[in-house]
Amino acid sequence: MLNTILASAVFGDVNWANMWEATVETLYMSLVALIFTFFFGIILGLLLYLTDKKQIWENKAAHFIIGAYVNIFRSIPFIILIVLLVPFTRTLVGTMLGPSAALPALIIGAAPFYARMVEIALREIDKGVIEASKAMGASNGQIISKVLLPESMPALVSGITVTAIALVSYTAMAGVIGAGGLGDLAFRDGFQRNNPEITFTATVIVLIIVFILQFIGDMVTNRLDKR
Amino acid sequence: MITLSKIAKVFNTKDGEVKAVDNIDLTIDKGEIFGVIGYSGAGKSTLIRLLNMLEAPTSGTVEVAGKSMHTLSRQKLRAARQEIGMIFQHFNLLWSRTVAENIAFPLEIKGVSKTEQKERVNELIKLVGLEGRGGSYPSQLSGGQKQRVGIARALANNPQVLLCDEATSALDPKTTDSILDLLVDINKKLGLTIVLITHEMHVIRKICHRVAVMESGKIVEQGDVLDIFRRPKQEMTKEFVKQVTEPEETEEALKHLLDKEGIGHVLQLTFVGGDTQRPLITDIVRKFDVNISILQGKISQTQHGSYGSLFISLSGEEKLITDVVDYIKSQQVEVEVIHSA
Repeated sequence: MLNTILASAVFGDVNWANMWEATVETLYMSLVALIFTFFFGIILGLLLYLTDKKQIWENKAAHFIIGAYVNIFRSIPFIILIVLLVPFTRTLVGTMLGPSAALPALIIGAAPFYARMVEIALREIDKGVIEASKAMGASNGQIISKVLLPESMPALVSGITVTAIALVSYTAMAGVIGAGGLGDLAFRDGFQRNNPEITFTATVIVLIIVFILQFIGDMVTNRLDKR
Repeated sequence: MITLSKIAKVFNTKDGEVKAVDNIDLTIDKGEIFGVIGYSGAGKSTLIRLLNMLEAPTSGTVEVAGKSMHTLSRQKLRAARQEIGMIFQHFNLLWSRTVAENIAFPLEIKGVSKTEQKERVNELIKLVGLEGRGGSYPSQLSGGQKQRVGIARALANNPQVLLCDEATSALDPKTTDSILDLLVDINKKLGLTIVLITHEMHVIRKICHRVAVMESGKIVEQGDVLDIFRRPKQEMTKEFVKQVTEPEETEEALKHLLDKEGIGHVLQLTFVGGDTQRPLITDIVRKFDVNISILQGKISQTQHGSYGSLFISLSGEEKLITDVVDYIKSQQVEVEVIHSA
């Protein structure tokens, strides 16, 4: 009895069907963007690392260009990045409405962020291990696939966990341009129509998503780390 | 097996050019254990890396197992490197792989089939004495065990040459000895040519057949280990030989004794090879009317026989002392009067 009263006091007029739909949209945006971010981030991060001084693909020009790209897109505030990318998104996705329309901006915003973390993770690898692999006659491809990636995997996973959480908060901002999701719901139904319960509920769900992501990330990192 | 001629490596640093390796000529025979000794900064690390082209030479030629390493294409160089094993001071194992997977790593690189890999890994685990540890991760092993994994990994592709980069410098004395024994063992069993660099004369004494002494990028002295111990010519070499034959406590003990009254003449005798087993002191006492007391002695074993030094004090008539010294010399034992009464 008391529970019901409390619940209705806190969650009042929450439309659970809408809330569920928004949650699914947030999860969809976050997870799809995460997969692409992981992929592009690792490629960018590897390129950053490998073109650096004394690395196997040392190339000043390439390193500078990739570094500049990463720095620029990491520095633009996400809300502005979405607006800047509107024409690009229109040509790519065909619309500016719905969760898919948020994906290009999410990926372009998050991949450079993750790329820096990948680069840091790779730098942490003991140089001696790379030297030993060279001494064994490993090719560059083998060094990347058998040494660099496996040896940095725990750091790559904890990096993608941090990125995933950042992505969840980016999706909330993407709501502003009509992408849907919990951020959109909290802003329009919660803030603009003065329903604080909706804002509150959306916040709680976002927090739960973040906690679950962190938990999974920590678990995987610990399992991978044999140091 | 290995021939270096006029090999040089110059590094360009902020402070100008540094000649890490300065025009070295060196030949290492098949099946021998060759040691390079020098202090840090002598260029020995660079020298050993020139053998498998981890460092490209600035000038000169490198020939290993019949291949001119410096002329090979990248692909051929990778194939040549698979024939040269290398072990490191800090082991350089992949921590994300188990012992068995670490040993299989060079086999994977070469493209050996999974079943063959498994078979070879088992052989190697047995060879280096790590039975039952195949599923452990490097972090669960002691330093000595890690180096055993390193050795097994280096031997995986049946190399003709094994390079050891300060392989025992991070290990305690007991573990060092067990790793050195393992190296001698595989040298004999597999006829492997071993090149090692170290700053510890103990390592050279224990396992090397020949040694080269390096100082500022140059080889200042080289030869059979026993000869180097018997007659070190350069100051640098003498210092290294002292590491083994005259530990610091000997020097201190002698210094203390020499200050005392009535110590008489102090002689340092150096025995090499079979001489160490001869009853020289007994002979002297029987032949001459002198008193002898033994101050300090030590015998060290090398791969080519033993090497010993003995400090004795003599008292007796001046004339007799000279005769004793001449007698010792006539017995092919090196003698040096380090203190006269």
